[in-house]
Amino acid sequence: MLNDIFIAPFADMISAPDFLMQVLWEGLVSGILYALIALGFVLIFRSSRIFNFAQGIMVVFAALTLVGLFAMGIPAWISVGLTLGVMFVLAVAIERVVLRPLVGQPDIILFMATIGITLFLIGFGETIFGGENKVMITEELGIPTGDTVLEPFGGLLILQHLDITVVVVATLLVLALLAFLNYTQMGRAIRALGDDHQAALSVGISLQTIWVLVWFIAGIIALVTGIAWGARAGVSFALEVIAYKALPVLMLGGLESITGAIVGGLMIGILEKLFEIYWGQPLLGGNTETWFAFVLALIVLLFRPQGLFGERIIERV
Amino acid sequence: MLYRTAGQFKTSYIADQALFPVKQDAFLLGIILALAWIVFPLTASEFTFQTLLIPILIYALAAMGLNILTGFAGQLSLGTGAFMGVGAYACYKMVTLFPWMNPIVAILLSGVFSAGIGVAFGIPSLRIKGFYLAIATLAAQFFLVWLFEKWSWLYNYNASGAIQVPNLEMFGVFVSGPQAASVTEYYIVLFVVTLLTLLCINLTRGNLGRTWKATRDMDIAAELIGINLMKSKLTAFAVSSYVVGVAGALYVFMWKGAAEPNVFDIPLSFQVLFIAIIGGLGSIMGNYLGAILIVGLPVVLNVIAGTQVFQMSALGAAVLVALAAAVAFLGWVARSGWTVGAVAGFVVLTLIYGYAQTQGFRIDSALIEHINVMIIGGLIIFFLIIEPHGLNQLWRLIREKLIIWPFPH
Repeated sequence: MLNDIFIAPFADMISAPDFLMQVLWEGLVSGILYALIALGFVLIFRSSRIFNFAQGIMVVFAALTLVGLFAMGIPAWISVGLTLGVMFVLAVAIERVVLRPLVGQPDIILFMATIGITLFLIGFGETIFGGENKVMITEELGIPTGDTVLEPFGGLLILQHLDITVVVVATLLVLALLAFLNYTQMGRAIRALGDDHQAALSVGISLQTIWVLVWFIAGIIALVTGIAWGARAGVSFALEVIAYKALPVLMLGGLESITGAIVGGLMIGILEKLFEIYWGQPLLGGNTETWFAFVLALIVLLFRPQGLFGERIIERV
Repeated sequence: MLYRTAGQFKTSYIADQALFPVKQDAFLLGIILALAWIVFPLTASEFTFQTLLIPILIYALAAMGLNILTGFAGQLSLGTGAFMGVGAYACYKMVTLFPWMNPIVAILLSGVFSAGIGVAFGIPSLRIKGFYLAIATLAAQFFLVWLFEKWSWLYNYNASGAIQVPNLEMFGVFVSGPQAASVTEYYIVLFVVTLLTLLCINLTRGNLGRTWKATRDMDIAAELIGINLMKSKLTAFAVSSYVVGVAGALYVFMWKGAAEPNVFDIPLSFQVLFIAIIGGLGSIMGNYLGAILIVGLPVVLNVIAGTQVFQMSALGAAVLVALAAAVAFLGWVARSGWTVGAVAGFVVLTLIYGYAQTQGFRIDSALIEHINVMIIGGLIIFFLIIEPHGLNQLWRLIREKLIIWPFPH
């Protein structure tokens, strides 16, 4: 038993390094997608203290809109542009209809409101696009679909071109976001709002504009994630579950931290794959990916209640 | 005038501490109990029992359990569905291991197991707070559902992986399983729910309830005035999980009849959370109001959609007008400009609906399902905006108005 837990998995890793690298690579790909979604969460949380549960459904909604527009005969790249337009309208609508009347309410009420948005978007999306699965327009967008086979240590390592594209695009998007947050006026305004609401308002930063902006950025992230996951697994409402995966990523990294979202995403993506392959399947009957991230985040939180990179929680009476 | 409390003097401490110190409240409750215990069982059809009465009671009970934890003790939980599952599986194991056991005793005991697991997952709450705590309950949610699937001892190694409720007898009457009558099931559910509601009302207004509320409002301050946070939080987890577990046992044994592990997945948790929040956090009655809304509304919509076309237009229009009137009334109570928009929305909806009717448009059931989801999402947002403290607060406002009505002040 102890051998199965502590020795055998590591022996397996060493004896088949190519397989280990394959597992790590797949973990990295899903990790970077978790990190992307978590980033959308963090931006919204920092600027409005809203724990945005609707991020997952925005991914589905963006992907469905893209596929739906393309099905209407609009060229792929114009569809992408139009989808971005839809996400912008959505951001404005959410700010106007839902967030503005709820300013100043307790956190849990706003959290519930985002669950309301989630349900509404599920119903709305199903009404318009239908509930059945769709195929992402991978080739029309010019995303390569082949694979490259490497042979490190005399083994096999298969890299899907799709995954490579995802990693590259996601990395570029993260870098672009960081540059936006650090070097533009709007980006600095977002960060200012995240640091101190009152102070930001008093120097003339418009809350409404920033909220629309962060929800729009979340929409862009949702579209990219939607294309990436959609190309891997098809577009359906089941994609929504990846939003649940972003939750432990956030908790692990800390709710306010952009670094935390990225590091947490990669950590969880890689560790859950490793655990599933080397411990979950042989010992626990598999499918441990549903809970592993949560339990990992829980254990980390027991030692650091604010997450790995979160702001230290200071409490006063 | 209708609800005058003036002149109801309390001359002893016992009278002052009565469960319902205001006569009208007790009177209203009497009417509701009479309806629930006598009128409904005599008049309800099989369909009403199975789609409205039994599920509303069970969901209200589950929401009450969650409300104790989230509304009274302030610990956010997203794992209610899994704790309901623990209750259901515990009950299943008990009645299959000890077939002589009285079903009501088994149901009430099954809560003990979920209470134990609730406390175990509640321990992190001593260190983790707020949204971070939600992760602990989510861990419970996903881990437990996975366990229900993988641990075949729980479902007695049967091939389907689901639990199937056996025929259970009590005093010569089938109370559960395929052969039980809906009335019997209804009475059992009603009995358990009444019992636990009474327990919860008394717990929340007593010493324990006050420590919970202090913990909710500010736990550091509560600690400073000498409240043992560990005791307060863990008792909240225990009582809450107990009630939720019993609700889960009722859910499978008295309503569904069979359950697969994915029944207890996260949508169930959210449904219960909606009921608790729409009903009003920190209230007991709100859970019932929320359950009536969240469970009842889809049924009403489905019935409207299912009726024949020529009946539909009249009935549908009547329901829409009634909804618009209800919303306008809520607007008057909550003094929110938002309701004007909502009323306008309903009017437009009625017009579109009427037009579609004249064109002979038939809504198919899948579309109704989707629109249902959309409407529920919209309603959650709507209720949060007009009254973030839920239906219970609306009832309180109505009551205040009735006390002075017809005078403005």
